[in-house]
Amino acid sequence: MQDLFSIFVRSIFIDNMIFAYFLGMCSYLAVSKTVKTSMGLGLAVIFVLFITVPVNFLINKYFLAKGALSWLSSGLADVDLSFLSFIMFIAVIAAIVQLVEMIIEKFSPALYSALGIFLPLIAVNCAILGASLFMQERELQTIGESVAFGLGSGIGWLLAIVAIAAIREKIRYSNVPAPLRGLGITFIITGLMGIAFMSFFGITI
Amino acid sequence: MKGLRRFVDKIKPPFEKGGKLHFLHSTFDAFETFLFVPNTVTKKGAHIRDVIDMKRTMIMVVIAVMPLMLFGMFNIGIQHYLLQPEFSGNTWQTIIPEVGFWKILWYGVLKFLPLIVVSYVAGLGTEFVFAQVRGHEVNEGFLVSGILIPLIVPPTVPLWMVALATIFAVIFGKEVFGGTGMNIVNPALLARAFLFFAYPAHMSGDAPWVASGSVDIISGPTPLASAASGTLDNFPSVMDMFLGFMPGSVGETSALLILLGGLFLVITGIGSFRIMASVFAGGFGMALLFNLWGANTYMDMPAFYHLIIGGFAFGAVFMATDPVSAAQTPKGKIIYGVLIGVFSVLLRVLNPAYPEGMMLAILFMNVMAPMIDHYVLAGNIKKRQKRLKTIKTEEV
Repeated sequence: MQDLFSIFVRSIFIDNMIFAYFLGMCSYLAVSKTVKTSMGLGLAVIFVLFITVPVNFLINKYFLAKGALSWLSSGLADVDLSFLSFIMFIAVIAAIVQLVEMIIEKFSPALYSALGIFLPLIAVNCAILGASLFMQERELQTIGESVAFGLGSGIGWLLAIVAIAAIREKIRYSNVPAPLRGLGITFIITGLMGIAFMSFFGITI
Repeated sequence: MKGLRRFVDKIKPPFEKGGKLHFLHSTFDAFETFLFVPNTVTKKGAHIRDVIDMKRTMIMVVIAVMPLMLFGMFNIGIQHYLLQPEFSGNTWQTIIPEVGFWKILWYGVLKFLPLIVVSYVAGLGTEFVFAQVRGHEVNEGFLVSGILIPLIVPPTVPLWMVALATIFAVIFGKEVFGGTGMNIVNPALLARAFLFFAYPAHMSGDAPWVASGSVDIISGPTPLASAASGTLDNFPSVMDMFLGFMPGSVGETSALLILLGGLFLVITGIGSFRIMASVFAGGFGMALLFNLWGANTYMDMPAFYHLIIGGFAFGAVFMATDPVSAAQTPKGKIIYGVLIGVFSVLLRVLNPAYPEGMMLAILFMNVMAPMIDHYVLAGNIKKRQKRLKTIKTEEV
């Protein structure tokens, strides 16, 4: 139980997808103009991570990792299919994203049109694939851990994008030098937020 | 006074529109308004004006930190002489008559004055350049940041680092956002964080407080550093920590004077009482929780120790209450303050890399403050809409 909690908190604050690894930057920079849409995208990312990380965990554990196929027959005990992990993970992610897109279009057309192209682009969001690959690399042991990790990474990403969206709404009337308006100042803000998040690095729980 | 006015009026024409030196007009303007209150008046309509403008607000904060600054200088001297081998075994009470009050103070002045000068020159220089290039007026905002920066760095940090950190903080913390009043993080804190991450050896570690004498370099650990390394043996007494006779950054040691400064800020209406109180409440609550947990000596440290050692009190009173980067809504201020207290104690106890968590906690909450405000506002709008709906249905 303490393990799960530790993984969950770590993935929100210490191993934050945006500020520790700078993953998922494209949609983070592009969709963070208003809090409302960024909240929507953040929730979609949480949902996708929440499903794909455990599903990919099962696929990795029972099909791809070295010796994973031994449950089929003992002759397959030293088959290593991990070279397939990229394509398998991406396929799972694409399928889940398709599902999310259909759900959002059905229940919230306004959010659907606000997110626009970035909703299908979640499929190629580095944070999503990154989470699955981290799951593989860190050798999470149980499905519970992968759920905690996926959920935590998603919440960390949501926290980052909503915080920067609120800041961008706040500085909308600031007298930012013309060459820095838009993307430039967003990069600088991201850097400042990265400094703030550095306070968590080094905590061991 | 009149002669000065006449002199300013005499050299003014080239700086006005169409004049030869018009491109320097913001620099001229800054010096003129520094010397004289501008006599421009509103021409149309009725306006109610308060006497409290930005310049006065900033000066109030500077007045509030003055006692701290003087005490800080004195404390530098005391800590220096306490660490000298020929005075070993003394306490601060006995060392004052032995060395002499003025000698102690003079040593502190020599250590501290260069810090202030460097921070003001570097920061204001950057501000003037930006004001010139962008054609806006030089704002008074840096008056406060410029005095806060020397107060929160260890007194022995090399001067070029202070200059570098100040310039970084002014440019990336403030000027790229458009100057005073538009920054998202506190520039003074950013300067400290910059030093912290760029030159960690000078800012933290086991012996951050290195008082270099003329010949030899002698170091003494701050209470925080010794607490982080797991011993509470060489702690000063509670009274000494409250009064401020302990090693530490210049302005941070004396909780008593910080509280007086805080009181002054609250009475004059500059600092937010909500934020100060909720920071202390959050920090104390979190420290009590750690006492219950009690996994190591640091967690077992009495909860109120957290409030008087390190930069906690200083951060709560002077840093967290920065009206620009703090949360703006009343409810948001409380959430913001409590979370600062909680995070700072959390970082102190749990993060072995940084013995001091206060500054980073405030920086973290600075970037989170707009989000808190947004949701407090959204909640308020929702509540009012609900109320409106019930009123309408009652009418029907």
